[in-house]
Amino acid sequence: MRIAPNSLFGPVEDVAGQAGHGEHPPRMGFFTDTSICIGCKACEVACKEWNGVPEDGMNLLGMSMDNTGGLGASSWRHVAFIEQPRRLAGSDAGIAGLPVGPSGAQATAAIVESALRRAPRGGGELGTSAFAPDHVPEVPVAEGPERMDFRWLMLSDVCKHCTHAGCLDVCPTGALVRSEFGTVVVQQDICNGCGYCVSACPFGVIDRRPGDGRAHKCTLCYDRLRGGLEPACAKACPTDSIQYGELDVLRDRATARLETLRERGVVEARLYGEDPRDGVGGFGAFFLLLDEPAVYGLPNAPVVASRDLPAMWKAAGVAALGLFAAALSAFMEPREP
Amino acid sequence: MSRTNERQRVPEDGSREVTMVPRARPASYYGRAVLKPPVWQEDIAYYFFLGGLSAGASLLAAGADQSGRTALRRGGRLGALGSLGLGTFFLVKDLGRPERFHHMLRVAKLTSPMSVGTWILSAYGAACATAAAAEVWPAPRTRGRPARVLAVAGRPAGLVAALLAPAVAAYTAVLIADTAVPAWNAARRELPFVFTASAAASAGGLGMIVAPPDEAAPARRLAQYGAIVELAASRRLEARRELALEPYRSGEAGRLLNRASALTAAGVLGSMLAGRRSRLAAVCSGAALLAGGVYERLGIFRAGVASTTDPRYVNGG
Repeated sequence: MRIAPNSLFGPVEDVAGQAGHGEHPPRMGFFTDTSICIGCKACEVACKEWNGVPEDGMNLLGMSMDNTGGLGASSWRHVAFIEQPRRLAGSDAGIAGLPVGPSGAQATAAIVESALRRAPRGGGELGTSAFAPDHVPEVPVAEGPERMDFRWLMLSDVCKHCTHAGCLDVCPTGALVRSEFGTVVVQQDICNGCGYCVSACPFGVIDRRPGDGRAHKCTLCYDRLRGGLEPACAKACPTDSIQYGELDVLRDRATARLETLRERGVVEARLYGEDPRDGVGGFGAFFLLLDEPAVYGLPNAPVVASRDLPAMWKAAGVAALGLFAAALSAFMEPREP
Repeated sequence: MSRTNERQRVPEDGSREVTMVPRARPASYYGRAVLKPPVWQEDIAYYFFLGGLSAGASLLAAGADQSGRTALRRGGRLGALGSLGLGTFFLVKDLGRPERFHHMLRVAKLTSPMSVGTWILSAYGAACATAAAAEVWPAPRTRGRPARVLAVAGRPAGLVAALLAPAVAAYTAVLIADTAVPAWNAARRELPFVFTASAAASAGGLGMIVAPPDEAAPARRLAQYGAIVELAASRRLEARRELALEPYRSGEAGRLLNRASALTAAGVLGSMLAGRRSRLAAVCSGAALLAGGVYERLGIFRAGVASTTDPRYVNGG
């Protein structure tokens, strides 16, 4: 068996080829530009419709306009909403000076946070199953002077289809595969619900569906790609915040977009996941963000655990030899009288 | 990073003071977990304990076989198979689709510690079962080929099991370390030692229960070696002040791990002081060591789960 360079970590030129696909199409992916997302959730709906993804809990969360809460086994696109008391570059929200009172966003956020803290899976159930806050405290009425500046961040989150996908690496059945498009897909007839992928994903994307017992996540609409169509979410997006295409083309487009935004004074704009030298070898579905990833519920510096797999086996080897030696020496000493 | 710049922004019209936008908490999305907490239940912790116990018991049984300690051999072989069987039950029960457990055998994947473990466990299970069968069906004078084959195969099978046993005890540490779970991943250097040492301590405890004191000296020594390394490795984990390791010291996991250390220390002290003279003391010490092993794995399991439910452990703060 030949072990390809950077098979566990680092940039990979041809992911599908490295996975064993001979002739294959170019690597396809998403560029999600959050600066033009309007939070319509058409992507969430289109995804559910096309892929037959079941209901994930009819929740009213108090997370601004977000009542999905996160990606999960039954939410493969998730639109996050973040309300911030600040301006987006030179734009004017038009509310400064109006008698609207200060933003209540901080107060409601604190309430959601305390409910999530008490949830059995810390909010991990969002996107997969119903989430019922054990009690709903009263929302304090914010009092104070005029309202501050305001901006509303929206991000349509999705599986990152990592170059080095932790879920794919650890899957013990071969249910998770790298497709010819370079995407990561679960074969539902193979998955036995071991749950390893759930803990291996540094983004909290893939999850096991209760009642079904198998792991589910975005397939980047593998069936549509095979038919030459773009994924349902990208097709439905009315502002082209979700762009589908060849990853190389998308990366160039994203770099140009970032430059444009910076020229226009949006200095906080940044790309997330476009760099093949990052901890997962770059995302197949990357983003343009307007704040640090943590604000959107994303890890600031995701790393695939497989990076350290050789070192882990080495440590385990030493420990195993130690156990053998301990057992041997336990019998070496003379029998007690 | 550019965080400070973002906090201090001068309004374009210049009419106000510099606006400070305080970040009361570290940045997170409504405090929601970044990661999905493991879908594994406590079953998996019991499997880690039972797998380790089985491995240690196979080592003791093989040594006892070579040195003519009949009771230790018998108890070791039967204990090894019994705990392996129970552990495998927990393992399959924890699957989302238990009836598909054999899908694990479709592939052999070096990047998946669970796949590697499946194959180690399969080979070990066969050897372990053969050795145990030879124990319960030993009569060489009995007619019939199976009995004769078993009579011959018992010793080599026991040796094969003993050779594979350390891998059985150690691979589970790699399995949980090779995840995005902050507390498990951050402990990747220590966990294999905690797991193998805990396996030694537990198996030593089992040996002290199943064998009379005059045969159980190797079990007592194995328990002592294991307990010392386990306690040292646990201390080391607690001494490292890394944020991701905090769950080992705090909350429910911290309490479970303290209980594990106390029971392990009590068990090993009991075995050193009275294990040689009193069977009752040996049995009590052995039980304490076994209970210590269970709490150790439960504590490690809980710490991992706790580290996934708080975004702090992923993004700092």
